[in-house]
Amino acid sequence: MTIQYTDKPIPHPALWGIIYRSSTPFWEGIKEKKLLIQKCKDCGKILHPPRPMCPGCHSTECEHIEASGKGTIYSYTTYSKSPHKSFKAPYSVVLVELDEGPRLISNMVDVKPEDIEIGMPVEVAFDKIDDDLTLYKFKKAG
Amino acid sequence: MARKILEEYMNRKYDADIKPKPALNMIKDKTAIVGIGETKFTRGSGRDEMDMACEAIKKAADDAGIKLEDIDGLETFTLDRTAMPFIVSTLGLKNLRFASEVSFGGGAACAVTLHAAAIVATGVAKNVVCYRSLNESSGHKFGRGDGYAKYMLTAPTPHYGYTFPMGFCTPLSWAGAWGRRWMHEFNVSYEQIGWWAVVLREYANKNPLALFHNKPMTHEDYMNVQMIVEPLRLFDCCVDTDGACAHIVTTAERAKDLKQKPVYILGAGQSAPIEQEIQTVYNRPTIAGLFETWYAAHEAYRVAGVEGKDIDVAELYDPYSLGGIMSLEECDFCERGDAGNFIEGGDNIRVDGKMPTNTSGGLLSEAYIHGFNLVNEGVRQLRGTSYNQVKDPELCMVTAGPGVPSSAMVLRN
Ligand SMILES: [Zn+2]
Repeated sequence: MTIQYTDKPIPHPALWGIIYRSSTPFWEGIKEKKLLIQKCKDCGKILHPPRPMCPGCHSTECEHIEASGKGTIYSYTTYSKSPHKSFKAPYSVVLVELDEGPRLISNMVDVKPEDIEIGMPVEVAFDKIDDDLTLYKFKKAG
Repeated sequence: MARKILEEYMNRKYDADIKPKPALNMIKDKTAIVGIGETKFTRGSGRDEMDMACEAIKKAADDAGIKLEDIDGLETFTLDRTAMPFIVSTLGLKNLRFASEVSFGGGAACAVTLHAAAIVATGVAKNVVCYRSLNESSGHKFGRGDGYAKYMLTAPTPHYGYTFPMGFCTPLSWAGAWGRRWMHEFNVSYEQIGWWAVVLREYANKNPLALFHNKPMTHEDYMNVQMIVEPLRLFDCCVDTDGACAHIVTTAERAKDLKQKPVYILGAGQSAPIEQEIQTVYNRPTIAGLFETWYAAHEAYRVAGVEGKDIDVAELYDPYSLGGIMSLEECDFCERGDAGNFIEGGDNIRVDGKMPTNTSGGLLSEAYIHGFNLVNEGVRQLRGTSYNQVKDPELCMVTAGPGVPSSAMVLRN
């Protein structure tokens, strides 16, 4: 049901955690099956994607809150043809709006492309791809 | 503040504080586009991008009646295989004193001209040539996921790391996500968005420069093609093209003595509004719009001292149909959320309609030279030499790629 990966390597998101240091806690959290969202310690603004400074108050002090993992589908799209050797089509990509506010691109693990609807309640479901890579996916909320 | 700007944006109630901030208004009417040139547009040029760039530049200089040795500035995009030193050596530009590049692919389409105008208006250089050369069809394809996979590792943004592993890796799908939301919020149908591609094909059929010249397509033909990435079909995509375009910017003063009727750069602007990402702009309070296009367009209007209702013809950047369709709203050519109704049946965007749009066939049916063919068509419209000539247009709006830091400009005859 979920996106099917081929045996070709997936471009590794941890690399972005190295290039962009403010993204490191997010990806470290995913390895431990936690959705850690950056929050400004001074004004409380939620920042996603993470960044080195709060654009609201210019504080460089931030913390990471664990998101509930609950949200709704805000938008989606479906590939009928594979755009890349790592992925088998057809598959859908969903844009989930978390209850805490940030929107994340992901895939549904249990809903067929034709059954995906904007507004559908969902919750996070972690997907361990290999020893190095765990991804955050979503399933229909009960 | 950020949320306030977006709410004002959605409600069309922006005031002086919310509108793009005043720039030093030094370019208004100070410069003009005096020459345009392009190579043949093909599916396989059998040439390199350097070679095509030089041909387009030479043609633009000939069109203007400017000697190549009088070109003293070069302005282009990033992400291609042309090298300025080699262009200088090939064309014999022995008086160069200014050279610069603007990044973000199609988002640079009007920024390149804006930078040239600023340089000419301030006297840094006299005759600046702007160019773009792409072997998008036979060489590197910007629209393909595998090309992006390599690019992303050095991309100037952390955002791709959050999307690529989910199989979300092509510009078409990135547009699909905001496009789907826009269609959902404003009740736009698949049938309605099809009219964009149909009308642009009509234009291309009358334009011998266009890749889709003499290739008719009906609305039924459009609907019969499967979606590639919902809600977008094959005919919603730009046409992979090999080719190059160039235009020359000089002072308004000097333009009067040259070969062609000058087309003045009335206003132009760049944008990268709050929460800008590179194509995956999903963390703004709304994604049912193209905020960077709105911002750049209104900056251009503000500098030019005009409004959307003053524009006679528009050349809107449409890497996929929805980019052009939603830009109709961002440029104030129709109400927010009403672009689907506006293009239904096609009459409003045809040559004698309310807002004739992409009159060469645009990026979907003429050619995809990162928007530089739209600039050349805007110039032809204001000279009165388009293959789909609008009656006596005075002002033309040109926009650049959405989803990335973008740009826009207003041209006048
Ligand atoms: Zn803050």
